[in-house]
Amino acid sequence: MVEATDAGRGGKLGRWLLLAPALAWLGLLILLPHVELAVLSFREQVGPRHYVPSLAQYKTFFEEPEYWHVFVRTAWMSAVATAATLCLAFPMAWVIAKIARGRSAAVLFMACMIPFWISETVRTLGWMILLRQSGVLPALLVKLGLTAAPVEMLYHDSTIMVGLVYTSMLFMIVPLVSSLESLDNSLIEAAYDLGAGGFTVLRKIVIPHAAPGITAGCIIVFMLTLGNYITPTLLGGKNSEWFTEQIYTQFITRFNWEQGAAFGFLLLGLSTAMVVAGLKLAGQRFGDVMERR
Amino acid sequence: MIPSLPRPAWLRAATVLYVAAFLAFLFLPLVVVSVFAFNDAPYPAPPWHGFTLDWFFANDPVGRIGLFHDDELLGSIWTSCVVGLWVTVLSVLVGLANALVIERHDFRGKKLLSIMMLIPLVIPGVILGISILAFASQIAQFADDHFGLDLRFLRPGLALVVLGQFSYIATITTLTLRARLSRFDRTLEDAALNLGASRAATFRTILLPYLRPALIGSAAISFLMSFADFNTTLMLVGGDSPLTVLMYGRMHEGATPVLNAVSLFLMIASAVLALALMRGRGRRPA
Repeated sequence: MVEATDAGRGGKLGRWLLLAPALAWLGLLILLPHVELAVLSFREQVGPRHYVPSLAQYKTFFEEPEYWHVFVRTAWMSAVATAATLCLAFPMAWVIAKIARGRSAAVLFMACMIPFWISETVRTLGWMILLRQSGVLPALLVKLGLTAAPVEMLYHDSTIMVGLVYTSMLFMIVPLVSSLESLDNSLIEAAYDLGAGGFTVLRKIVIPHAAPGITAGCIIVFMLTLGNYITPTLLGGKNSEWFTEQIYTQFITRFNWEQGAAFGFLLLGLSTAMVVAGLKLAGQRFGDVMERR
Repeated sequence: MIPSLPRPAWLRAATVLYVAAFLAFLFLPLVVVSVFAFNDAPYPAPPWHGFTLDWFFANDPVGRIGLFHDDELLGSIWTSCVVGLWVTVLSVLVGLANALVIERHDFRGKKLLSIMMLIPLVIPGVILGISILAFASQIAQFADDHFGLDLRFLRPGLALVVLGQFSYIATITTLTLRARLSRFDRTLEDAALNLGASRAATFRTILLPYLRPALIGSAAISFLMSFADFNTTLMLVGGDSPLTVLMYGRMHEGATPVLNAVSLFLMIASAVLALALMRGRGRRPA
């Protein structure tokens, strides 16, 4: 039997060669760019090509009500969208994992995946055709006699919410299904035999068991919603007021990279804080949650 | 509740209704997009004016231009394909190296490295985009100031788009390949080595065939994710727009049904890809 040591399988040189791509990827595309972004955000231009370290960019954020209003709004709407996605996805995940059997469960699961093989731009186009004033749903409402004239259903906060929930659905259903599938049915039967009602079973058995899946789903959905760009800007129009849009405006339109970098860090900070808080709340480790996907 | 327990009739009915409503919610936007690709009207909106294939085939310089004659759209599909191929090749190769080094080697900092590899997935795409943009132009500026070099590829453009998308798609290929590699039976390799096979031959004849399904799967996912990426791309794009960015721009202006035609074309293309993958998986039990 050959001893399966490290050296026996390619040695030090081989290991370094295998490590090189990872180091280049993480170093040059993740680590250093974020250091650069941090440096940008902590400086201020005082003359042509002359910069000094300063907190001015962050100060502007807190002093300009418009900026932090949009920030808080983005965070709040993302939280609501995450909760709504969880509530809508949970029954469907339950049906797939527990009620439907064999082939029909597989078909249902597949049906939930299909829309997400197609880019978000296409799905948003669909919602625009459905909801805009000259669109399908307003025309339908007129035909049914519910409204006298076509109403504009785009450009409302609720429209943005529908779009956000829609686009997040898959990322909630997949972790929920996988955590519910591992729940032993006999536990539910036992609880039922002992006289527990549906709500008690849900609270005492199902939710504790599915907690890792719920956490994973919520973290991913919150993060993706926070960082979303297409859905709020197209479905919300001028009323979208989404924070990623502000970053784009500062970085690309106004070419104010220092301010844009500070905004980027604030968004990254919020996103990271939520991920960490979510993991703490459920007593999960980052690596485990990610690999469960 | 589960089937083995008594479920009242109303609960069964409600479940069926829920599932139906849920599926309608999921598919309604896609159905609408597809249907209005065939509407004989200048805007993708009701009422129905009759069936036409103009939005695919028309070529009227002063009137309708269908998808297959819209050079800008076709060009952007090509751009997306080129970007997608580069991202796929890079992500699969780097993912394979990462999987091998994490699953089969021990070294200090391995735990940290494997966590670091997951990080790109939890950074919002917009921020990946701006950080890479800022860093690349910093290097370009440095090269220009100190060596008089004009590093064009570090300015916004397709090279940066490829790097930006790769920066997080590599995490996904790494996870997929690691999952497969961790179930590999290493005695197979030991047997080959004991029988006198060279290291390269063992890799080619034992490990690669074993990893094949995961390699194909992660390549397909990489390509699709690259094709669909918007957030990172938007920040790094230069003159040539990939399809998602071009579509976004046109949707802002109020687009013609030619966008529906492209969308339908994309849906069919991804369906074909998905079916091909599933058939491939069916033939080779994983």
